[in-house]
Amino acid sequence: MSDHELRVSKIRDGTVIDHVEGGQALNVLAILGIDGAEGFGVSVGMNVPSDRLGRKDIVKVEDRELSQSEVDVLSLIAPEASINIIREFEVVEKNRVTRPDSVTGVLSCPNRNCITNANEPVETRFDVVADGVRCDYCSTILRTDIAEHIDV
Amino acid sequence: MRQDHLITATQLSRDDIEAVLDRAKAVADDPTAYADRHAGTVLALCFFEPSTRTRMSFDSAAKRLGIDTIDMGDVASSSVSKGESLSDTVRVIEGYADALVLRHPSEGAATLAAENVSVPVVNAGDGAGQHPSQTLLDLHTIRENHGLDDLTVGIMGDLKYGRTVHSLAAALTNFDVNQHFISPESLRLPRSVRFDLHETGAQVREHTELEEVLGELDVLYVTRIQKERFPDENEYHRVAGEYQIDAETLAEASDDLSVMHPLPRVDEIAPDVDNTEHARYFEQAHNGIPVRMALLDTLLENADTEAAEGMEVDR
Repeated sequence: MSDHELRVSKIRDGTVIDHVEGGQALNVLAILGIDGAEGFGVSVGMNVPSDRLGRKDIVKVEDRELSQSEVDVLSLIAPEASINIIREFEVVEKNRVTRPDSVTGVLSCPNRNCITNANEPVETRFDVVADGVRCDYCSTILRTDIAEHIDV
Repeated sequence: MRQDHLITATQLSRDDIEAVLDRAKAVADDPTAYADRHAGTVLALCFFEPSTRTRMSFDSAAKRLGIDTIDMGDVASSSVSKGESLSDTVRVIEGYADALVLRHPSEGAATLAAENVSVPVVNAGDGAGQHPSQTLLDLHTIRENHGLDDLTVGIMGDLKYGRTVHSLAAALTNFDVNQHFISPESLRLPRSVRFDLHETGAQVREHTELEEVLGELDVLYVTRIQKERFPDENEYHRVAGEYQIDAETLAEASDDLSVMHPLPRVDEIAPDVDNTEHARYFEQAHNGIPVRMALLDTLLENADTEAAEGMEVDR
C-alpha cells in the first residue's frame, strides 16, 4: 500500500490487530475494554480492502499489549486476525490468533436463568465448540452473538 | 460407575448406566441385603424449590439404606431468603452431611455446587436443565419392560423446558434407540440438547403431531405442558389440548407400547389410560426407590474408596 493510500498512520509502540472481519473493530475494542477514556492512542480502519478477507477492519492501539485471555476471546469474533506487536515503528512479533479450548471470566451467559447470573461468586466458563461457545454451567450455546455477551 | 457426582445425564456412559441399573435390580430383588448398609451416614436434601415425589423418593431410598436425612425446611424461612449464595449454603451443609441432593431453580446450580464441596452431589433438577436420577429410573422402567436396544422411543410435550426430557434424550444415545420428539414448534428441544444429540450421531426426528409416529413406538414418554410457558391462556389450552392422550388415542398404538410420565400429570394422560396395558407411570414412580438406593449406594461407595485411598497416601 503506497503512502497516499494510508488510512491510518503507523504507530511507534503498541499493538496492531489486523485482518479482523469487516465490522468487528468496535467489538475488538470492547473486548480490550478500550473506550477512549484510558488515554491510549487508538486508530480504527473499517471495511478497508483486503486480499484475504475482501473487506477487513484494522485496530491500532498505542502503548498497549494484549493478555492471553484477551487474545482468546478475540479469536472467537475475529478468527482470521493477526496480532502485531510494534516497537519503534517495527513489527517485532506477529501472531495469528488460535481458538482456545475454553474462555473463563470474559463472557456473560445469555441464559438469564443460568446460575452464573445469580449473584454467585463464580466466573463464567465457556467451552469453545465447533461454531461457537457453550456455557459450562447451563450448556447454553452462543453462536453469532458472542460479541454482545462480552463482559469486560 | 466411577463418578463422584451425578450432575447431568451426558456424563453417563452405557457402562455407568448399566452398573446402576444392575444394582437397582439387585436391590429390588433383595432389599434386606441393602438395609443399614450405610448406617451412620447422613444425606442432606437441599430443595430450593418445591418437590414432593423426588424429595420423598430420595428420603425413602436413603432410609432404606440406613442413611439419616436432613433438610433445609422451608426455603422461604431459611438463610437462602436472607440472600446467602448457593456456593456458601452448600459449603456449610457439606459439614453436616456425607452427600447432598440438590434441587434448584437455576440451570447449572448442581455444577456450581459440586465445584464447591468435596462430598458427592446429586442433581435432583436444575431449572430447565437436567434431572439425571429421574432418567435412571426411566431407563430402569424401559429396561424391565423392553430392554434398552432396538427400540423406538417417542418423547412428547414440553421438550424445551422439560429437564427430564433433556436427561433422557442424552442417556438414550448410549443405546440403539430411535428417538422421536413430538411437541409444538414453540416447545422444541433447545439448541444445546439438539447439539449433543447431533454430536453422538443419534437417530433423531422431530414432529408436531403424535399420529405421525405413534404406530412405530415402543415407548411414549409424555411430559406436562405448563401454563406459565404461554403468554396467553387461550393459546395454552389450544396447544396443550393437542398433546393429550386417552385410551382412544392409543388404539392406533402397538399392543406392547409403554406409556410413561415423570409425574405429576395434570390432564395430558386421561385417567382411562391407567386401566390399559400401556400404563407404566406408577410402576415408573415406584422404581425411584431401588434406583435411587442403587445410585446413593454407588456414590457413597465411591466416596468411601476415595477416602480410603487418601488415607493410604497419608501413611
